[in-house]
Amino acid sequence: MIEIIHSGFFTTVQDQGRVGYRKAGVPAGGAMDSLASRLANLLVGNDENEAVLEMTMNGPTLRFATDAVIAICGGEFFCTLNERPVSMWRPLTVRRGDVLAIGACQKGYRGYIAFAGGLDLPLVMNSRSTYVQAAIGGLHGKPLQKGDILSLRSRAMAVPNIPIRWGIAFSARNYIDGKKKVIRAAAGPEYSTFTAESRAQFFSLAYEVTPQSDRMGYRLQGQVLRRKDNTEMISEAVAFGTVQVPAFGQPIVLMADCQTTGGYPRIAQVIAADLPILAQARPGDLIQFQKVSWQEAQRLYVERERQLKRWKIIIQQKWREMGYAH
Amino acid sequence: MTMDYMMFPLSEYAVTIRFSTKVDEAVNDYVHRVAVFLEQQKKDGIFDIVPTFSSVTVYYDPLVVGNYEEMCEWLRTELERVEQVEAPPSRTVVIPVCYGGEFGPDLEEVARFHGMTEEEVIAIHAQGRYRVYMIGFSPGFAYLGGLSPKIATPRRATPRTRVPAGSVGIAGSQTGVYPLATPGGWQIIGRTPLALFRPEHDEPSLLRAGDIVQFRPITEDEYRMWSDQHD
Repeated sequence: MIEIIHSGFFTTVQDQGRVGYRKAGVPAGGAMDSLASRLANLLVGNDENEAVLEMTMNGPTLRFATDAVIAICGGEFFCTLNERPVSMWRPLTVRRGDVLAIGACQKGYRGYIAFAGGLDLPLVMNSRSTYVQAAIGGLHGKPLQKGDILSLRSRAMAVPNIPIRWGIAFSARNYIDGKKKVIRAAAGPEYSTFTAESRAQFFSLAYEVTPQSDRMGYRLQGQVLRRKDNTEMISEAVAFGTVQVPAFGQPIVLMADCQTTGGYPRIAQVIAADLPILAQARPGDLIQFQKVSWQEAQRLYVERERQLKRWKIIIQQKWREMGYAH
Repeated sequence: MTMDYMMFPLSEYAVTIRFSTKVDEAVNDYVHRVAVFLEQQKKDGIFDIVPTFSSVTVYYDPLVVGNYEEMCEWLRTELERVEQVEAPPSRTVVIPVCYGGEFGPDLEEVARFHGMTEEEVIAIHAQGRYRVYMIGFSPGFAYLGGLSPKIATPRRATPRTRVPAGSVGIAGSQTGVYPLATPGGWQIIGRTPLALFRPEHDEPSLLRAGDIVQFRPITEDEYRMWSDQHD
């Protein structure tokens, strides 16, 4: 059992999202930063889709009433175990009675805690992701609160007695840092309906992330974007990363909990490979969009998936060297 | 009948097939036929199919299906075959509504706006047959077509901070039911005791794209009996 001593700013249970229910209007949801959350799971020998805790800006404090192997990945949070600093991006052994305290986020915005064996929570529409707007998934469909209790599923691994000195290399996690973020995006379905000037400005001027940004969408502020005419469009499907421009001309990037359909013109689609960078942007950060072709977006998508497969193999090898097989 | 279409990528893992840029019943019928047909193919790697007013979006795993071109190629072949199967029968779903009073705080305003009695507004609303053009915006929310222009009413000047789940409203020429308690600016004329969004259900949305909806007036006592049974 794990007791929540302090909830942090906004901590929810997330896996890699719901599939198969978009036609019922149910958002995919899932971890905002799919790279950090998947790597955290891989580090502790879980399936990449296992539910993790997603923390935002300020992390939670957890008291463990069980031994466990965990990993913390994502934005740079100040983390202590029994008041001694511990590293992120590597497996950590936790003993019964230990207190893990996660403080403020220094770089990036979101972090993930994965637990070997996974969290013992029911599947709702085939996912454990918390969708707060409909109060489903996670723990009672809500962000974690002080006093909440989480349990691990039974197949948790035996906890190693020797310290673990390996983890994810810096090169794989240097996407977190930086107040100005370059985000690659492909032309959206309504790209050509914007004026030539607005199309050029969108891909050359920086846009600021406003405080009205959350798991549903990031409202950006910058040069107003105009269309050639204001023909209304009818609602069509949208996805995580779709950049919509309502009539007032400021872009909104749809994020993990976005609705399934939308009726605003879509100027661009953030490439999936760069969504983790965007997920680590906080209010006040600047976004510089960079245009790429759909071919390039697809190539980078496949490359990211291959990279994760390589990480998985390397991590499995490391665990085997320590005498653990998954 | 086959219909012209265009395809474009929505993301690295989603392609939209667009049949029209207008809202049209015949196009929407075809959209549902295509969506159902593609679902029946049960192709490995396709994980979501979303019909909207006049397009269908297919979500797929590029590592299983292949790249965008390969996905489009498969879709083009399948779209040739759509007419070989019969159009799926459309369901009629009757939604009981308790109009007016505490459940429909704007019924009086809607009646006044049109110079009608509340009973006339209810009669017109309940006589309609409404097509579910698509599900979207929020879990279980149906975009309904077919509201009589006689009771089309602008949105409230000041949106409510909370509209209870099940509220039945009018916004311009649209009518619809709020599946979840959310803020909203629709004119609320009644409430249904039915749950439009049922997360524990195999089919979590009560309504499906392509359904026909009819509203049946019920009394407050009937509403409470429904609620007792279903809460």
